[in-house]
Amino acid sequence: MTDTATSSVEKAIADRRAAGSGALVGYLPVGFPDLGTSIDAAVALVENGVDVLELGLPYSDPVMDGPVIQAATQQAISNGFRLRHGFEAVREVRARVDAPVLLMTYWNPVLQYGVDRFADDLAEAGGAGLITPDLIPDEADLWLAASDRAGLDRVFLAAPSSSDDRLRHAVEISRGFVYAVSTMGITGARSDVDKAARLLVDRLRGVGAESVCVGIGISTAEQVTEILGYADGAIVGSALVNALAQGGVSAAAELAARLAEGTRAASRRPDAGPSAL
Amino acid sequence: MTSDTRTSLQEQGPYFGAYGGRYVPESLIAALDELTEAWEAAKADPAFHAELDALHRDYTGRPSIITEVPRFAEHAGGARIILKREDLNHTGSHKINNVLGQALLTKRIGKKRVIAETGAGQHGVATATAAALFGLDCVVYMGEVDTERQALNVARMRLLGAEVVPVTAGSRTLKDAINEAMRDWVTNVDTTNYVFGTVAGPHPFPAMVRDLQRIIGDEAREQVLALTGALPTAVAACVGGGSNAMGIFTAFIDDPDVALYGFEAAGDGAETPRNAATITKGRPGVLHGARSYMLQDEDGQTLESHSISAGLDYPGVGPEHAWLADLGRAQYRPITDTEAMTALRLLARTEGIIPAIESAHALAGALELGRELGPDSVILVNLSGRGDKDMSTAGAWFDLIDADADQV
Ligand SMILES: Cc1ncc(COP(=O)(O)O)c(C=O)c1O
Repeated sequence: MTDTATSSVEKAIADRRAAGSGALVGYLPVGFPDLGTSIDAAVALVENGVDVLELGLPYSDPVMDGPVIQAATQQAISNGFRLRHGFEAVREVRARVDAPVLLMTYWNPVLQYGVDRFADDLAEAGGAGLITPDLIPDEADLWLAASDRAGLDRVFLAAPSSSDDRLRHAVEISRGFVYAVSTMGITGARSDVDKAARLLVDRLRGVGAESVCVGIGISTAEQVTEILGYADGAIVGSALVNALAQGGVSAAAELAARLAEGTRAASRRPDAGPSAL
Repeated sequence: MTSDTRTSLQEQGPYFGAYGGRYVPESLIAALDELTEAWEAAKADPAFHAELDALHRDYTGRPSIITEVPRFAEHAGGARIILKREDLNHTGSHKINNVLGQALLTKRIGKKRVIAETGAGQHGVATATAAALFGLDCVVYMGEVDTERQALNVARMRLLGAEVVPVTAGSRTLKDAINEAMRDWVTNVDTTNYVFGTVAGPHPFPAMVRDLQRIIGDEAREQVLALTGALPTAVAACVGGGSNAMGIFTAFIDDPDVALYGFEAAGDGAETPRNAATITKGRPGVLHGARSYMLQDEDGQTLESHSISAGLDYPGVGPEHAWLADLGRAQYRPITDTEAMTALRLLARTEGIIPAIESAHALAGALELGRELGPDSVILVNLSGRGDKDMSTAGAWFDLIDADADQV
């Protein structure tokens, strides 16, 4: 991974790992159910134990997302979501709580906004970087240059089906963490997170990954504990979005608190952390 | 690209100038690599070609004929108009050409389940047909709006044993059907091959689907030469994703004297927001795995397209078309719903051929071209499909169905 020293995300994750557990990464889409509530909910996640925030920019064609996130982001777009709201949300969340904030966005909005302009505005708003679900390293030259220039993190995805060469490349150019896709599939809660996740994290370690978070399908504290047994962070999305949709900010906050319990359980495990590997 | 010194414009992908590529989740890359390799190997394997040729001949009924349409051409300034009759193919459109190739490829890579997206239902019907022929499981994703306006094709697919999944997300048309098929593929990629229906999507689809459709132009070039003794003045095709157009253009791309015209669906009019004229009205962006022209707002959100033709109702277009447009090698023009429907009825009344509404856009374009190019010109039109599937739409448009007729 490049330039680890500059990454606030990597530092947040490393701090939790040093404390013996690992990080909880929480996802919510900007503008759902409306801009103000999405910001309040993101703040509440951090206040309840989320270490790194991943704010999603609603997009018309989210091929990596399951029904829960699709419905939420579609509603945000119908309610008038604009890209600039993403920067507003980052700025406001950063003013209210001290946790690094990544944006999760499909590539076309960035391309249309202008890759350099997007990087500058994100850095200016206090954002840490981008997670890019449909931008593979092979197509990422513009983003590599812009993120280097603006000092932003860039989180690429690694899949169980990725070749070792592709994993190595993703690890080399990612900054912040590498996003290990737990299972072959789209976002949405699953009752059991695949064995594939553990194997993938092992393979990523084998090609030099120091900061790996596992996402897709994680919804319970038990799953968080299990994943932090071998990974540096656990990413929860659909479950939090569902809680927010069903029970508002307080329900999302409660779920975050329960999930954070999962990180503490991980720290009590004797075999926790990468030292066990 | 314009400073290119090659004598041929044939491109193999992943890039067509600044367009194309693979903008997809990492989870799909292994499958795309596998398909790319399998396709390269198949292309070099005479056994594959022999098997595909036999299917074209004995199953689809190729070569498809060409038909000169003088009574129709009287309305086109006296230009000669020749139709390439893809409407006569088994299943009723050009889509079968591509599907048979991809179904053979599915067998080669050992997968037992195929998925497809469909707009007009023609690609879905072709895929369901090939799945029945090869004994594969088949799921077809189709926007809910399209399941209604192409209900006949939904019934055909189900009769053939395919599962048809109506997609209720977004604009509930082809764009959303592709999203849903991609999600299925990401989830089931171990067992499933995605049989993509047009020259859009991530590499290798644009190049592979073109290669499988180029038989249209390869045949037509010979046939027109035999009939007229010369190459045509112009070649016309409708453009949704662009597969029938690339299929007929490719054989002529290195013939600089043959003008290439793609006709896009302009819906209510290219000057209105209700259109699907992607190259005319869009700008470059990334949609469905490739960089190309697309209809989008300032933030890069895809706009809903509108066309009476389900098969052209798509806010994107294949990357090779974007490249040909920028190079000026092909020209792309808008055709409204009204122009297309008028041309559809004209062909029916003058020649006894009822075209698909998609293909009627190319016919309307040919009428326009004939008047511009004059009586000495010869225009080859890709009649990409037949109109059976469109009878309820045409019935409503022309008020052909008795209001008090018994519902059967
Ligand atoms: C008859 C016919 N023509 C054309 C099209 C448009 O597709 P393409 O632009 O890929 O040829 C369709 C698509 O459904 C079709 O059914």
